[in-house]
Amino acid sequence: MLFNKSLTNPIKKPLLGLIATAVLGTPLIAHQAQAMTPQERGMEISVEAKQRDIGWTDMATVMTMTLRNKAGQESVREIRLKSLEQEKDGDKSLTVFDQPRDVKGTAFLSFSHIDGADDQWLFLPALKRVKRISSRNKSGPFMGSEFAFEDLTSFEVAKYSYKYQGDESLDGIDSFVVEQYPTDKYSGYTRRVVWLDKAHYRVQKVDFYDRKNSLLKTLSFAQYKQYLGQYWRADRATMTNHQTGKTTVLDYADYRFKVGLKASDFNKNSLKRAR
Amino acid sequence: MKLFKTRIASPLVKVLASALVAAPVTAADDPQISGRIGYEARVFADDGIHAGQSGTGNSSLLVEPELYWQWNNGDDMLVFKTFLRWDEHDSQRSHGDIRELIWTHVADGWELTAGIGKVFWGVTEFQHLADVINQTDAVEDSDGEDKLGQQMISLSLVRDWGIVDLYLLPGFRERTFSGSDGRLRGPLVVDTDNVRYESSAGDKHLDAAVRWSHSLGDYDLGLHGFHGTNRDPVLTRQGNVLVPLYEQMDQLGIDVQATLGDWLWKFESIYRDSSSDSFTAAQGGFEYTLVGIMDSAMDLGLLLEYGWDSRGEDGTTGVQDDLFLGSRLTLNDMQSTELLAGIGQDLDHGGYSVLVEASRRLGNSWKLSLDARVFDSDDSLDPLFAIREDDLVQLTLERYF
Repeated sequence: MLFNKSLTNPIKKPLLGLIATAVLGTPLIAHQAQAMTPQERGMEISVEAKQRDIGWTDMATVMTMTLRNKAGQESVREIRLKSLEQEKDGDKSLTVFDQPRDVKGTAFLSFSHIDGADDQWLFLPALKRVKRISSRNKSGPFMGSEFAFEDLTSFEVAKYSYKYQGDESLDGIDSFVVEQYPTDKYSGYTRRVVWLDKAHYRVQKVDFYDRKNSLLKTLSFAQYKQYLGQYWRADRATMTNHQTGKTTVLDYADYRFKVGLKASDFNKNSLKRAR
Repeated sequence: MKLFKTRIASPLVKVLASALVAAPVTAADDPQISGRIGYEARVFADDGIHAGQSGTGNSSLLVEPELYWQWNNGDDMLVFKTFLRWDEHDSQRSHGDIRELIWTHVADGWELTAGIGKVFWGVTEFQHLADVINQTDAVEDSDGEDKLGQQMISLSLVRDWGIVDLYLLPGFRERTFSGSDGRLRGPLVVDTDNVRYESSAGDKHLDAAVRWSHSLGDYDLGLHGFHGTNRDPVLTRQGNVLVPLYEQMDQLGIDVQATLGDWLWKFESIYRDSSSDSFTAAQGGFEYTLVGIMDSAMDLGLLLEYGWDSRGEDGTTGVQDDLFLGSRLTLNDMQSTELLAGIGQDLDHGGYSVLVEASRRLGNSWKLSLDARVFDSDDSLDPLFAIREDDLVQLTLERYF
């Protein structure tokens, strides 16, 4: 689960190799840009963004999610997140709720997959019950927020097809604009338009278009920081729903990488004792 | 007056107390305190039909504080969770319990726990056949989902081929029952001061259990075995009270869930052998979720389950040939509003029960719940017959801290 940058996950290494060969195979680099279709160029940018974010191994962070409706009423969720990078599959992640108090101790375990549905379990502390849940519900809101589950799960190159739309300056940042079309029929979107800065291939902004192809939401990232000299993470992500006027702000604190998390930190036992 | 019958047990408490004292020796994080405090109002549709029962209104207060402590970089943790309820009319429902007082040590590939704890097994929604470790705190609610803390030492082994949990359960907890002033009981009160056991060890019998569980693709599987004191008592009439007898039993069980897209297929089955009975029971069905109904953020879950018991109408169980239908509406809003409605229909006796559970968060720390229960039966053999006049509406306001 990424919860932040949209391009965090490693893709299958063989697939990456194939794509790299397909995209970069020609030795005539100078002619390549002209020869590429917008689809190929969109794919190339996405693969590059992905490749720059491989090797972070494991990560822990704390998020504060602030929900705000049109009338200005606020509701706050405090969430801790641990992720484990998988070499040949999507990430494993464990999400624990601290706030609101009535859901304190509720925890969520997810094994995301490049092919097929993710595996997800929910721990309900009052009953001490671990419940396997359907991962089809990706278009639904996460904890009543403006983030859908699919906005928070890790990005896989194979989950979209691409179209490069050109270059644009976004608030003074020289950016690529790439359209992403979800391949999953259960996605709530027809397309996402993504702005990535040219300097570091970091996602700066995403426009989400609903099933009727109307602009639904905009996600903006701010205050990027670099970790381990390589991995960029934003301290703040703001999702604005244009149709309802509601916003959700995600503030990240205490990002830690390579803290020594293991596969055994991501099973049903660890889900039950997650606090 | 015995206002609070504190149901604690065993020397394990002492062991835990010493662990608690010993804990600060190593570097520990600050203990976290959390919990809830609440007020519950119940209104029954009718006066009680059994002698001594209270009238149509009932107030109750509850508090459930929890202390959590971890040290050794999170590899050791201690949970201490108590529960206390005061009930306006029923002295048996006014009770306290140590829900948890348990130490857990986590190592690579295994986990050891010791103390008083709670364990849930199973996958179905309307009945929990596989869930045998903890005794039911039956005065809390008629759904059987509230449990008393169980003394235990358990070892959990994590392997590639699944998780194996081994349990030693020293000591037994008696089920709670409504007192003479209480509603939701039969014509005869259960005499909880006059309990009998088949084992000469009484409530000190050392029970043992083992469970294997594993996730294989879309399937979550569990197998278990249990040897020890039957959590379900045999109730026999003695004068004008019922006396509970807790027999020894052996149980084997299976629980399976298949998570196939929007469909969750669930199945549980047990075989139980005791001196008075041996039987097989099963509960199975599905939960299907309609995501984003009517172009909204709301989800609607549809549930159907069927429960069967080989003892048929002779058994003491209320579920022997019963069909359950339910729907779960989740608003997915800021206040986490939820509504669950279900009906259980006894296909043999014609009796039915209806359950409605709605809840909504108020602000950041309050929660308001509205529950309703309807019971009906014309057949005196049906366990529902005794509580046919106990239809109720319950409003609960809780503050979480």
